[in-house]
Amino acid sequence: MMNKLVSALLIGGLFGLGIAVSGMANPAKVLNFFDLFGSWDPSLAFVMGGGLTIAAIGYRLLFAARRGPVLAEAFSLPAKKRIDAELVGGAAIFGVGWGIAGFCPGGAVPALGLGHVETVLFLAAMIAGIVIARWIRMVLPHPAAA
Amino acid sequence: MTDFTPWQSMLGGALIGLSAVLLMALHGRIAGMTGILSGVVPPLAPDWPWRAAFLVGAVLAPLVYIAAGGTIAFSVPVSTPALAIGGVIVGIGVSFGNGCPSGHGICGIARLSPRSLVAVPVFMATAFLTVLVTRHLLGA
Repeated sequence: MMNKLVSALLIGGLFGLGIAVSGMANPAKVLNFFDLFGSWDPSLAFVMGGGLTIAAIGYRLLFAARRGPVLAEAFSLPAKKRIDAELVGGAAIFGVGWGIAGFCPGGAVPALGLGHVETVLFLAAMIAGIVIARWIRMVLPHPAAA
Repeated sequence: MTDFTPWQSMLGGALIGLSAVLLMALHGRIAGMTGILSGVVPPLAPDWPWRAAFLVGAVLAPLVYIAAGGTIAFSVPVSTPALAIGGVIVGIGVSFGNGCPSGHGICGIARLSPRSLVAVPVFMATAFLTVLVTRHLLGA
């Protein structure tokens, strides 16, 4: 149990460090990536490039080794395989919010450490959004299919 | 204006990738912020303790980086209502889309998940369009 918590803390720390170093905790930098016809800053593509390279190689080696994770019984990979309206609609909605605020979940959580009130406000609104989505799901079991 | 930082951004990205590989190797989990965070929004997921530990690490890391002499630029070029409205929209979108740039963009694409290969171009496209509208068509 202790191993699990300490390792998760350190791995989360590595994630937060990566976000901080990459510049992705800064909404101005994220929004400039999307501003092709204004103050374009291509950095976000390099974050994706660096992250994907390491993750793709690492995952490949891990899954090829045919051994489970060290501290858990098995790899838990997303069970859903179908590309449905909920996935596409949800992704489309997320992109709109990302473009409005300049924060994504992975950028905002580490940014919280910088202690700005804007981050607190965004995260509170985002958690409200998560709760609203759960509520919509409860009322309408398949909202996107309707 | 923000400076184009190719090397620093690539290095930061590589650290995020390494975090994803380690979380899979040790915990067997996808390092997606949406999934990890959703599990600590009540009702708590049964395995919430490791999620909380991950989140605490992610919040503390920038402080450690600054204490070690690093600098982190931060500026929010949007209004308070935009942050609040954008936040709610992000929360709803990542819930229905089952992921965000960390889960779909890094972890999902790295393992060639068909759902992520669809989700990432979709949210990138709507983000580009949104910024085009807010900055150039509405002139904000």
